[in-house]
Amino acid sequence: MVEFINFYLIPGLVLGCMYALGAIGISMLFGILRFAHFAHGDVITLGAYFALLFVTTFGFPVLLALPVAIVLTAIVSVLLDRSFYKPFRNSPTIYLVIASFGVALMIRSLVQLFWGVKVESYSSGTFSKPIIFFDTLRLAEKHMWIVGLTIVIVVALHYFLSRSKLGKAMRAMADEPDLAQVSGIPTEKVVRATWIIGGGLAATAGVFLGMDTQLHTNMGWDLLLPIFAAAILGGIGSPYGAIAGGLVIGLAEELSSYPWIGVEPLLSPGYKTGVAFALMVALLIWRPSGLFRGRVFT
Amino acid sequence: MTSQLALGLLLYGVSLLTMAGIYGVLAIGLNIQWGYTGLFNAGIAGFFAIGAYVSAILTAGDSPNFIGGFGWPFPLGLLAALVVAGAIGYLVGRLCIRLRSDYLAIATIGVAEIFRLILKNEIWATNGPRGISNIPRPFESMSQPWSQIAFLGVVALVVLIAYLLAERAGRSPWGRVMRSIRDNEAAAAAIGKNVTGFRLQGFVIGAALMGLGGALAGHFFKFIGPEATEPLMTTFLVWVMLIIGGSGNNKGALLGALAVWTLWSATELLTSQLPPEWAVRATFLRIFLIGLGLQIVLQRYSTGLLPEKLPKIDAAEFAPPPGRAQEKAPPAE
Repeated sequence: MVEFINFYLIPGLVLGCMYALGAIGISMLFGILRFAHFAHGDVITLGAYFALLFVTTFGFPVLLALPVAIVLTAIVSVLLDRSFYKPFRNSPTIYLVIASFGVALMIRSLVQLFWGVKVESYSSGTFSKPIIFFDTLRLAEKHMWIVGLTIVIVVALHYFLSRSKLGKAMRAMADEPDLAQVSGIPTEKVVRATWIIGGGLAATAGVFLGMDTQLHTNMGWDLLLPIFAAAILGGIGSPYGAIAGGLVIGLAEELSSYPWIGVEPLLSPGYKTGVAFALMVALLIWRPSGLFRGRVFT
Repeated sequence: MTSQLALGLLLYGVSLLTMAGIYGVLAIGLNIQWGYTGLFNAGIAGFFAIGAYVSAILTAGDSPNFIGGFGWPFPLGLLAALVVAGAIGYLVGRLCIRLRSDYLAIATIGVAEIFRLILKNEIWATNGPRGISNIPRPFESMSQPWSQIAFLGVVALVVLIAYLLAERAGRSPWGRVMRSIRDNEAAAAAIGKNVTGFRLQGFVIGAALMGLGGALAGHFFKFIGPEATEPLMTTFLVWVMLIIGGSGNNKGALLGALAVWTLWSATELLTSQLPPEWAVRATFLRIFLIGLGLQIVLQRYSTGLLPEKLPKIDAAEFAPPPGRAQEKAPPAE
């Protein structure tokens, strides 16, 4: 039982937190701009490497580099929108999707150009020793930070969306863009705010992934499909659904290799990531509105 | 010395054209899916890999590392690749074809990634990450430039057949239905066309051609590994080729394949001349510039080098019958 918690449940939760942070951004961008942002994974990579820059060159502890990475990634996201997505606001969404594919490649090649393709890590952060509770329950300090900070961010986001004027405008635009526009909501301002939030959360997910494992230039791309899966599971356009979806996908991936029946893993660990893809394709086909019966965009 | 240089240049040119031809087959496949029917398939790499592995396993010699030893001749291997990729395309299409553009893109990427996981993990069948080597290439027993030139001839023949069939299909009533579904699905359904059925046909034909392209690539490289399903070298590059060449136009698809592959491979030749620590980095700069080029084409020339030309409607065919000249011509099929 304790083995189950230590090696399956907690890693699943931690992974789920990262998926949730990425999925909120994907989901909100889909809700407001009506397109699947395929460069989101590489924005995550960029955020992780921004933090690495401050960890290695200025000797920042990784948790201090996190806010810097968030700010820088948010700025880059707004600039990306200005130069590559804004020209297609009134075009068929397919142009946005293809453009975002191109942006994904451009970001990744720039990261590879400046940082190389070696595997890196935030070695200065010393999160190695797990704290042991009740003799058996092992909690790594980094995992507590990741889960704790995710909770703080999610609560802050909830207050922003439900209390602030901009947050309400954002939800209005996701629900009914035409009505939002005629009622005088400044759409471009809302779009910019969405990119800032989406980019900032993506950077957070990237830094967390880097803290939990290592940094490599494909880290974000590998995260992209599980994040889409999470966003679809939660009902696209719904940030709260995305959080739930992220946790479910993260847990499903880790728990799929637990020996539920007998002693063999239920599914070979090589197929772990396949669980998310299969869940996603199945959901798209049979329940595109997500688990909570959200909306389907056409 | 000069003759050696000439031979080298000749071999380079032949290999460049061969690769452009293979990409041409993939681009025509995508043109049928996207250019004709409007299906956003982002899982080209998956069908490419299926075709490559099927033909490789059926034609390669016996090996303890993967299932093999069937020793089929090359043309049968190609045919099997075409059929299996088409059949898997049918299964995937049956499940996913109703999805709208972005959703279809996400689903097809997911399917392609599942294929990649299977190819990587089922080591008994595919030799896992080490891949299948020693795939026979036809005419490889011939002497230096002739063997490569003969293989180029095979690829050119396949491209020609694919092009002629795609052109013929595009001009036929079938092609008109496809374009009507792409441009206005509701109208196509309203005049009684089985929209889902036609979309599925477009998807299967495109997937089969992608499998064929994959098989040709496997025989050309004499090797196939799970990295072949890396989305960058197949899915993304083929999309760039079709968009730059001109979506909806088969000549555009071929021109895009040739132009983008020449650019890709010529810049590779340039960057390989740089000192080693720069050569690696310059590769990434190259990818960045290709991505930027795509953005510029998308924003400025969204119809591509050769924009789609709709076939002329034969005026006589739709001329109003005599005596009823004031009525409008009946709608096209």
